[in-house]
Order: sequence, then structure tokens, then C-alpha cells
Amino acid sequence: MKLIFELSVQGREGASLPELDIPEQDLGIPTAQLRHDIQLPEVSEVDVIRHYTALSRMNFGVDSGFYPLGSCTMKYNPKVNEAIAALPGFATAHPYQSEWLSQGCLQILHELSRDLAEITGMDAFTLQPSAGAQGELVGLMMAKAYFKKRGERRTKVIVPDSAHGTNPASAAICGYEVLELPSNSRGGVDISELKNKAMDDVAVLMLTNPNTLGLFEDKILEISEIVHEKGGLMYCDGANMNAILGISRPGDMGFDIAHLNLHKTFSTPHGGGGPGSGPVGVKAQLAPFLPKPMIERDGDRYFLNYDRPDSIGRVKAFYGNFAVLVKAYSYIRALGPDGLKEVAHNAVLNANYLMNKLKGAYELPYDRVCKHEFVLSGNKQLAYGVHTMDIAKRLIDYGFHPPTIYFPLIVKEALMIEPTETEGKETLDAFADAMLQIAEEARKDPDLLRAAPQTAPVTRPEALMAARRPNLRWRTPDDG
Amino acid sequence: MRFIVNTRKEQQEMMDSIGIGSIDDLFKDIDEKMILRRSLMLRPSLSEQELVGELTKISSKNADVNSCECFLGAGAYNHFIPSIVPYLTGRSEFYTAYTPYQPEISQGILQAIYEFQTFICQLTGMDLANASMYDGASALAEAAIMASNVSKKREIVISSTIHPEYREVVRTYAEAHGLDVKEVGWQNGATSAEELTKVVSASTAVVLVQNPNFFGIVEDLYEMDRIAHERGALLVACVVEPTSLGLLKPPGECGADIVAGEGQSLGNSISFGGPHLGFIAAKQTFLHKMPGRLVGMTKDTKDRRCFIMTLQAREQHVRREKATSNLCTNQALNALASTVYLAALGKGGFTKLSALNAQKARYLRSRISELKGYEPIFSKPFYNEFVIKCPIDPVKINVRLEENGIIGGFPMRKYYGGLEDGWLLCATERNTKSGMDRFIEVLREVAK
Repeated sequence: MKLIFELSVQGREGASLPELDIPEQDLGIPTAQLRHDIQLPEVSEVDVIRHYTALSRMNFGVDSGFYPLGSCTMKYNPKVNEAIAALPGFATAHPYQSEWLSQGCLQILHELSRDLAEITGMDAFTLQPSAGAQGELVGLMMAKAYFKKRGERRTKVIVPDSAHGTNPASAAICGYEVLELPSNSRGGVDISELKNKAMDDVAVLMLTNPNTLGLFEDKILEISEIVHEKGGLMYCDGANMNAILGISRPGDMGFDIAHLNLHKTFSTPHGGGGPGSGPVGVKAQLAPFLPKPMIERDGDRYFLNYDRPDSIGRVKAFYGNFAVLVKAYSYIRALGPDGLKEVAHNAVLNANYLMNKLKGAYELPYDRVCKHEFVLSGNKQLAYGVHTMDIAKRLIDYGFHPPTIYFPLIVKEALMIEPTETEGKETLDAFADAMLQIAEEARKDPDLLRAAPQTAPVTRPEALMAARRPNLRWRTPDDG
Repeated sequence: MRFIVNTRKEQQEMMDSIGIGSIDDLFKDIDEKMILRRSLMLRPSLSEQELVGELTKISSKNADVNSCECFLGAGAYNHFIPSIVPYLTGRSEFYTAYTPYQPEISQGILQAIYEFQTFICQLTGMDLANASMYDGASALAEAAIMASNVSKKREIVISSTIHPEYREVVRTYAEAHGLDVKEVGWQNGATSAEELTKVVSASTAVVLVQNPNFFGIVEDLYEMDRIAHERGALLVACVVEPTSLGLLKPPGECGADIVAGEGQSLGNSISFGGPHLGFIAAKQTFLHKMPGRLVGMTKDTKDRRCFIMTLQAREQHVRREKATSNLCTNQALNALASTVYLAALGKGGFTKLSALNAQKARYLRSRISELKGYEPIFSKPFYNEFVIKCPIDPVKINVRLEENGIIGGFPMRKYYGGLEDGWLLCATERNTKSGMDRFIEVLREVAK
């Protein structure tokens, strides 16, 4: 595929702009501040359409087929939500137009905060964070501010070894020392290790529940008690909320802070890697520290409250990824309380069904009822010189998006599979058949797997070369 | 139930296959004490028809820049978006995919990001750019942290002409990260060089300036470059209105080490403030300190050109607490929109767009200056925004304008003491002569 820059032909135009309808003036900008040249391609509108349409055909989305990417909840993105977010009153509302002219937007934000608080069992929500990782940062900043206000110096954050990489990274950015907590043989928190680590200097325990193995942390009440007894706070990475919607709530498990990923649980599209949205909920004692402004209601009027002296401040200009928030709001309104519970039921049923079909051919390191996802190991296939990477690539030839691989780090050759509730039995059966077939191939014809994929637009890229001699931008020949 | 595929019969078959009697059996590992024994208190489900009706009703409570004449910018700009932008970003292969972890079936978004990185380099005059950030404000904060990591110094100097909400974000990140922030005042609408000279010292990691700044004024980046670098500090230029880069000298040619910015203007709808996209571009030497995703060109096993996420050793999923940032998701779809937008406008179109913006703003400024009691506060060169001193409270003026279907400017008193009667106005290519003339007539009435 050529690059858009290689399609450039001098003099071509791809967009029409209005002619100047006013007398031209001298700009009054000193020549030294003016640009003399800009390197942009010159292409026609048809060139642009053909180029990016061709590129889209080299991409695989949820609408293309089954996408069981563990921990990412690649469920179907309802089309009606796209149409709603594109309504002019939402898509072209300016964040600084007066509150009076923004009542619809503010209503959405206010009601969504309230609904998310109910779904998670928390007391108050901020919708400002742009993604889960930014939500984590906000949660930890609030914890930091909370302890500062109380005059307590706590320097450590405990993170299980099964956690998302963003957890320790967020803690480090927030200036905390990270203590890694080993998992026990059942894939949960090792309680005695926790007791050793949870001392007076620990600010927060960050926990994903259900965890990244897809297992519900059944000792969670005890864990919360241990942390709380030492004065620490409990943080819930709510990435896996899809499994427990309407069934159990982080707020009822002892969590003080929880973030959600609206692009996972609440069906907003992942966009090829964003935009996401990572709202954060807190219990009442942490509410004063939430970012500002908060969206509040006075009778029939919604307003932005900036008067929050203990707030950590802001992590984003304006109020959050509004268009994403509208889609999540629509989703919740479409499904209602029964629909959301049905989501959790079916997500968990689908995962267990698939897990049971695959656990013979592949090693299942933690063999217990799973929630929305499960983690297999490619250990058995290693004997034939086949790695999880090869299994994943072979799945592409069968027309499936591979699962998340090599994560969580505590499972060797991990394959993390999350089917979601928006898949039917026949899709799960087809995927299971492919996985079983691949297990056979691994035994009989391992080279087939190692050479996979063969049906994709490209074969495996040279990763080492890309990192050793990074080529991160195009330069036209006259750029030098 | 909507969006759930399996019928009751299929669910039963699956339960039989697992060997359970009911779905509840799959939740027995959750302690009774944590099971919610009631329905969530949410409103009942809506059919698609009801949903669209309800949400359309809510959306119509808002004004919007499409149905009103808009003179508001201040970090979110009302530019025309060619139809091909939403058309292409609406291709489901793009918007229903996730981060390109599997490059063989993600070449579309990977190549588009590589093109995006190139576009950002071309606009800013820098060597390299990442795959995008959450927004301009967090991009600026991450740029400050990056500069602190590079220089191993912990003091940040920030100009007060930077967007006030960006400054708040920088302060929030700095507080968490243990960095000190010093703010520098302004003079005639631009960063005070005199004050900057006094504040920047050998312990300063980085100087942050915005160009054009929040007042719309073109800063003297050469001067900032000199002051920062003479004292061993790095210079971060923040670009909130990137259409200015078709007209103004790119920060890379003015000595900036890092450019952090906002890409909303480039083909992304305003959407009440998000999602937009941030970007970070830098000199080659900072390659390994860059936050976020980077896409590189390489070859596949058959020697064909292809693209891949690279230098991941900087990132959280590999380095965990030692990563350069906690970024995971970026704003890929918004970056795609900007890529398509820049491709469509191209060299000629983008230059013309910048000129149109600058010209419209000058016309508006001249016309408004004719009115009694209205005058520009600053005399320095500007791009498409400028601050006007008003005879009455700008908030009150905005209310009167609203009654006439006009969205007025940004009242400066929200963030700037000393500019209580200041009103930040913006004109873009979307403001026509007749629309601006009408605005002036309404203002004339308001002033009476």
C-alpha cells in the first residue's frame, strides 16, 4: 500500500473552501513569524476516499467478526448510539456556550453520573477521565489528596502481579512506590502476603474484580477489611464490570474508589484504540476531592459547580469525552436494569461454555467457574515448538481476531479469551472448533502455525527491525 | 433482549453442556453478602424508537454552533468538517476495532497512525510524533513530565497566557508527580519576557508557552527559545488551534524541543468538549522518553512494507511502574479524523484555511472596533481570536446575543482577574460576512 504522501500530485485539491467574502487586509504578523512552506500532500477527494477505504479493508473490527480480546470487552457497538451522538444538539454544542443553552448536555452528564453510581454502589462520580488509565490516575490523586488532608503520610500502593500494566504505571506517575502482591494458587490475592504488605504506609490496594484471570476475588470482603484496618483505601479497576452488572457492586465489596471503562462495559466503540472514557466513582468521604467542575442540579436547572476547594483539580479541558458519554448513556437507557443483568448473565455463560469446550485441548491453569473471561495456557503446545503467538496468528487464518496473549503475566503462554454477551452459540462453537483444530495442527504440522497468518494482508512484521531502526514518519525525498 | 444473541433454548443447551441447572450457579463464588438482592434503580429499557425520541428531545435543549452564528473559541473551534471525514471514520473496520495488537489484521489503522504521525511532524516542524494523546491539556502535562524526566529537574515554568484549563491540568499532574510549577505573567497579551528572564533559572526543567496563546496572540517563540535555552531549560510549545500552523512558523523552526497540542480543529466535532485529541511531537533525541503509542514502518516476512506498534519498552504493559507514562488507549479514531482532514485539505487547502481564519478575525475585529465602547485590549499580532474590552459585562451581552441566535465570545473574567470586561472572540472560515455584520448590528442594539 502506498502512503497518502506518495499519492501526491502537485496542484490537486481534495476540499473546497469558500472564497474570501470580505476585503483582504494586511495580517500584521512579522515575516519572521510567518511560515514559508508546508509539506502536505496534494490529493483529490476521490484519492482520499479510495486510500482510506482500502486501508479500512486491511483492518478487523467487531463488525468484521468474532473479537474475543480478553480484558477489552469487544462487544457489539449499537449503531443507534452513533446516530444519537451525531445529533447536532450534542455533536456541535460548544463546551463554553452558556449553561442555559447546554441544559441537554448537562442533563445527560448528571443522569449518567447518577446511573453509574447506582450500578457500582458508589456515592459520586466524575466523568472527566478520558480512559481507564486516566481514571486510575484520578483515583490515586484523590487518595493522595485525601491522606494529605488527614495529615497522613502514605507512600505505597499495592498492586497484584495479575494487574493491568496501567495500575503500577499510574501509581508511579502519582509518586507512589509500588508493592507487587503475588497471587495464590487459586488465582486470587494471597491473604497472608497481603497481611505482610498492608502496613500503615500503604495508601491504596488496587484490585481488579473480577480479576484479569476472569475470576471473582471471593475473599474480597476479607481483603477490604485488612486494608481498611490499616487505614488504607480500596481501589477497584472496573475494567471487568461486564461480568457483574446488576449482580454485585464494587461499592458493596468494600471498595472506596472505582473506575469504569465505558468503551468496555457500556458498548461505546473502541475506535481502533480510543477514544475511551474512564469515569471514576467514590464513596462519600472521597467526594470532596473529585475533579472540578461537578455537574449538579438545582430544581429543574443543571449547572457546573467549580466551587470545590478540596478538588484535585482537572485532568482534562472541559468535562469529559462527551460524545462517548452520550453513547454509554443511551446504552444504559436502552437496556434498563433487567437488560444490564442479562448482559452479565450471558457474558458469563458464554465464557464458561467456551472454557469448558477448550479446557481439554489447552491447559487451563485455574480450573474453576470463570466470569466474563478465562485464561488458557499454550503450555501443552510448547512441546511441539509452538508458542501462543503462533496459535494466535493461526486464528487469523480461521477468520477470528485472536484473544489477548501473554497477559496476565502470571500465566505462561497466556491466551485470555473474552467472548462477551453479544455472540451467539454458533459463533462460540465455530471458534472452539478452530481452536481445537489448531491444537491438532500444533501436534501434526507446527510449521503451519509458525508461518501463520497466510490469509491476512501482510504476514508477520519484523518487530526487531522496527525497534532498532525506528521509522516513525515519512519523509519526502526533498526532505533529506 | 437487545444485543444478546442467544435464545432461551440455546442458553439451556449451553447450561446443559457446562452441567449447571441455572445461570445463577455461575455466580455462586460471590458471597451472599455481596449479591444485590434487588433490581438496579434505573429507568426501564427503551425500544430504539423510544430511545431516539427521548434523546432527540434532550439534545434539542441545547443550542449548537450549527444553528447559531458562533463567535466562541477558547480551546474548541468551530471549523467546517468535510463529509468525507465522518464517512471514513464511520467505516466499521476502523471504529469497531481496538488497539492494533495484531498488526497483520490492523494494517489499516496502523498505516493511518503512521500517516498521522507524519502529518503532525509536518505541521509542527518536529522530527517525531506519537499516535495521539487524550487531549491537548493532558498532552501538555505529559510533555512537562517528559521534559522533567529528560532534564532530571523538577521545576516547571508556565506562562499565564496558556489556556487556563490546560494550566489546571498541568498543575494537577505536577502535584501528583511532585513537580513545582511557577507561573509567569503577561504584558500586552503576550508572555512577559522580562518576568520569564527572572523566573527561569538553572533549576528550571522546562518553559511552557502556548502559540497562538489563549488571547489569540502570536507569541515570540524565538525570544522564549533564547530565554529558556540560555538557562539550560527546555522549551515546550503548546498549540491549541492547529489551523494556525498553515500560516505561522512551525514551533520546530523556532527552537521548541517538544510540541504538545490539541487536534480538535483538524476535522473533529466540538461535541461539548470531547472526545478531541492531543498530540506530542519532539526532537529526535527524545525518542525513548516519548509517552504513548508509536507506530513504525517495517517489513513483513515476504519483504512487503507494513506497520507495527514499536518501541513498546517505554510503555506500561511492558515496563509497568517504570514506564514513561500510564497511557494505554489513545484517541485513534480522532487521529484518523485529523489524518483524513489534513489529507483532504492538503497543502493548498490548509494554507488557504489559515488565511481565511486570519482574515475573518481581522474583519470582525475592525467592525467591532467601530462600535462605541468596544475596543481591542491588545495590539500584538494575532491569529483568529482577540480580546475586546466591552462597555458592559460580557456575560450580559452573551445573554442578549443568545436571544438572537448568536453564541457570543468567552467572558475573560472566568479565569483572568484584571480582564473583567474582556471578551475573547473567535472567527473561523465558517463566519460569513453577512453573519458577522448581523452580529455587529445586534451588538449595536445591545450597547444602546
